[in-house]
Amino acid sequence: MTQSLLKIAGGTVYDPANGIDGQVRDLWIRGGRIVEPPSDPAERPTQTIDAAGMVVMPGGVDIHCHIAGPKVNVARKMRPEEKRKAPPVMRTANTHSGTMGSVPSTFATGYKYAGMGYTTAFDAAIPPLAARHAHEEFHDTPCLDKGFYVLMGNNHYLMQAIHDGESEKLRTFIAWLLGAAKGYAPKLVNPGGVEVWKHHASGNVSGLDSIVDHFDVTPRQIVAEVARAANDIGLPHPVHIHCNNLGMPGNWTTTLETMKALEGHRGHITHIQFHSYGGGEGDENTFNSKVAPLAEYVNANENITIDVGQVMFGETTSMTGDGPLGYFLHNVYKGKWFSGDTEMESGCGITPIRYRQKSLVHALQWAIGLEWYLMVDDPWRVVMSTDHPNGGSFLAYPQIIRLLMDRSYRQDVLKTCPAKVRERSQLGDLNREYTLSEIAIITRAGPARILGLTDKGHLGVGADADVTVYTPDENKETMFALPRHVIKGGRVMIEHGEIRSTPQGKTLHVSPAYDEGGVADIRTWFEKYYSIRFNNYAVDASYLDEAEAVP
Amino acid sequence: MATTADQATQSELKIVEDATCTFCGCVCDDITLKVQDNHIVEAKKACILGKAWFLNHDIEDRPSCLIDGQPAELEAGYRRAAEILCQAYYPIVYGLSDSPCEAQRVAVSIGDWVGANIDTTTSVCHGPSGMAFQGVGEVTATLGEVANRGDLIIFWGSNPAESHPRHFTKYSLMPKGLFVPNGRKDRTCVMVDVRKTKSAKAADLFFQIRPRKDFEALWTLRALAKGIPLDAQLVEQETGIELSRWQELMDKMKASKFGVIFFGMGLTMTRGKHCNSEALLALTRDMNAYTRFIAKPNRGHGNVTGADNVVAWRTGYQFGVNHARGYPRFNPGEYTTSDTLARREADAALIVASDPMSNFSQPAREHLASIPYIALDPKDTPTMRGAAVAFTVATYGINTGGTVYRMDDVPIPLRPAFPSPHPSDQAVLEGIERYVLQMRGVGVL
Repeated sequence: MTQSLLKIAGGTVYDPANGIDGQVRDLWIRGGRIVEPPSDPAERPTQTIDAAGMVVMPGGVDIHCHIAGPKVNVARKMRPEEKRKAPPVMRTANTHSGTMGSVPSTFATGYKYAGMGYTTAFDAAIPPLAARHAHEEFHDTPCLDKGFYVLMGNNHYLMQAIHDGESEKLRTFIAWLLGAAKGYAPKLVNPGGVEVWKHHASGNVSGLDSIVDHFDVTPRQIVAEVARAANDIGLPHPVHIHCNNLGMPGNWTTTLETMKALEGHRGHITHIQFHSYGGGEGDENTFNSKVAPLAEYVNANENITIDVGQVMFGETTSMTGDGPLGYFLHNVYKGKWFSGDTEMESGCGITPIRYRQKSLVHALQWAIGLEWYLMVDDPWRVVMSTDHPNGGSFLAYPQIIRLLMDRSYRQDVLKTCPAKVRERSQLGDLNREYTLSEIAIITRAGPARILGLTDKGHLGVGADADVTVYTPDENKETMFALPRHVIKGGRVMIEHGEIRSTPQGKTLHVSPAYDEGGVADIRTWFEKYYSIRFNNYAVDASYLDEAEAVP
Repeated sequence: MATTADQATQSELKIVEDATCTFCGCVCDDITLKVQDNHIVEAKKACILGKAWFLNHDIEDRPSCLIDGQPAELEAGYRRAAEILCQAYYPIVYGLSDSPCEAQRVAVSIGDWVGANIDTTTSVCHGPSGMAFQGVGEVTATLGEVANRGDLIIFWGSNPAESHPRHFTKYSLMPKGLFVPNGRKDRTCVMVDVRKTKSAKAADLFFQIRPRKDFEALWTLRALAKGIPLDAQLVEQETGIELSRWQELMDKMKASKFGVIFFGMGLTMTRGKHCNSEALLALTRDMNAYTRFIAKPNRGHGNVTGADNVVAWRTGYQFGVNHARGYPRFNPGEYTTSDTLARREADAALIVASDPMSNFSQPAREHLASIPYIALDPKDTPTMRGAAVAFTVATYGINTGGTVYRMDDVPIPLRPAFPSPHPSDQAVLEGIERYVLQMRGVGVL
């Protein structure tokens, strides 16, 4: 026998992608994948994990978090005060030390995700000029398979191609850029708005039909054309969209218009909680939930998927590729502020933030997030996220699971919020409780499907052997915070809460084909405006350890 | 026969396009190197410092490893280095800023395993800017943003004409950019310094402020930005510049479309230190209420910015990090190397690509000389001469590849020109780490 054979015996399996809803099954793992049970009954597993009475799910998949790259690292440098108070991550014989707070150091990030039963995570916003930086941090972020989305909603070449109606040029550019960055999906952040911010005091766009000056395009055109091009290219996750007007009262119409601008193409609207607000422009007194009409639209349009961006009460760090948003939040909260504009590509804003339970606005944000989970009918199209660390840490996922599975707990927390939350949202009237199977969908099966990761998020034969084993508990937060076993690529990472191994994990990226003839034009533009050489831009394979180009 | 083939290869002329110069924080990546007989004979587009860096690079004819001054096998050197670090109570790791990120990562790893203090040359250059950043944040941009948009360029306590010779032509003053199509004609350049440096010639306006009065000058501008009335006599007395001239500058700042302040060690290492940087970063932030304004420290060493990044992503803090308790703690002044040495606390050291024996204070140097330490450097330096284990290493960017971060955090790959008989920093550090893991009985599974 050349490869070890691992058996996870007798667990209660939740594998919604394969229609398995709490049935007792054995899982067999060899060579990092789920395999058929050995045909020879005499063949014994090299290791058996007794999962009798345990809940077995695929490893968790985080579709949207900020865990690597320039923005995250700036936030680490900027917030020593948080780390001083946070519990230390001690060096052990097997693991590196690190720091926590809202922006953990790289090794700590990997260990904590693994400790929570997650085995895959995607950083949501990397400027391609800094793609190399993200890959370098990935080297030092073990225990996860990971990838990132490439910021392109304010890219000059892209806006010019859209303005000129050059759809072929646009497709070539998107495919080339993803390949150059070794990224996973196109990301639009406040499309057009960041470019306006770069060039005007307090600049931004105000809606889908604002004009981005100089380029003479609108956010609506950017959304529509990138969605069309990305779907034409056949990307596994065509476009990941942070809408315009994040956080602004009354922004729900912008969100609705963005969904319409997809024109039926597949598109993912991210941290939608932050984009679902009613109320007068800039007027917090009229701030209210508009999840109902938006959820109705999502329910009726299968091309749209969302993740929530749940707000949790407490101290965190807001970090975004949305430069003008960073400035807005700095002016609201008066904290220290970082803004970093990247030439030709993108922006960035970072500021500390504290979500207070006693604040009507913050409590409403919390309620609006929960409404989203409860008001989208099809769990396959809504994904759990806190937009880590923007709404809260990824470590809050177990608590969110409890809020979704336990109605009375949810009502108890709601009672501690300002009374007006009930008037301005429907959360108090929502009785839905998630089942374990639905939790498995919104935390692993669904995001894997939305990302086009056919080997993840399920436990069928051939799937990556990423498996989490939980000890059932009445308190679902306890159950999901401390898995009993976590296995990644067939290796046991966590056993009874202890780290047993820290596999490096692979980098998930796309490498779409494009018209090589179109690169000359990109190069001419690049060398005219960028401050580095074209030849030094693309990330070569030496920056990837183990990598998988997802078709 | 093999010898003939080698000779033929060696005398062949090799051209390296888009090579990266790591001499200063500009990290120019557009250099064309002509290489012959393992020697760079031409470095096109390089500045005077870059030319000196590339053209005078010779392989040191010394053993790659010396233990107590005696030639030794590399493997013996790795073992001895690991012993020194593992036996120490208070080991320190210092330097890192002239080494690629790939090596820096191993150095930080070693520091973690042995519970060391990890610090970089940031603590003696822009450390105060890092601390100021923790206080107020920073509004900044990549250098291409300056080239394409900047119409008011201010240099404060910085002398790029001598320290970053291509700064003006490549990034800040001369480039014809997207929104400044006429290059220099579309920009106004202001210099603020305590003396008329060579850079002053490039300025449209020069402000010679009184020495040690940067903070007062910056605070004057912050007040003027907000329209707070000031005592003209006091301002002139404190800053050495008439209030009307400060007002004139503020008017220009508000009238600009995209203002930039580059600042140097003339600000960060004079009286006030991080308070000066903080005042400058706060002024820049305030200006964004009126127009777009950004600030950028002009960093010195080729990969000091990479060192900040690597130390930060692995530990959470960018310099002055102590691992004695088994997890990272940050405290500049306590865990910064010039201090740990001057207070005679450290009892062993790993010095990577830095020469504290040439530039630290007398007490710090005396203490370093009294403890066993390991040094890695391509050249024979005073620090190398006093090392218990001295590794002569290949030079990054000339003999070895890797990644460096430009002063604006843009990561850039290196294209080595020719091989060195000496090992790279990364190889040496990995060798040391291998023995550390054995001796400590640790290791990532």
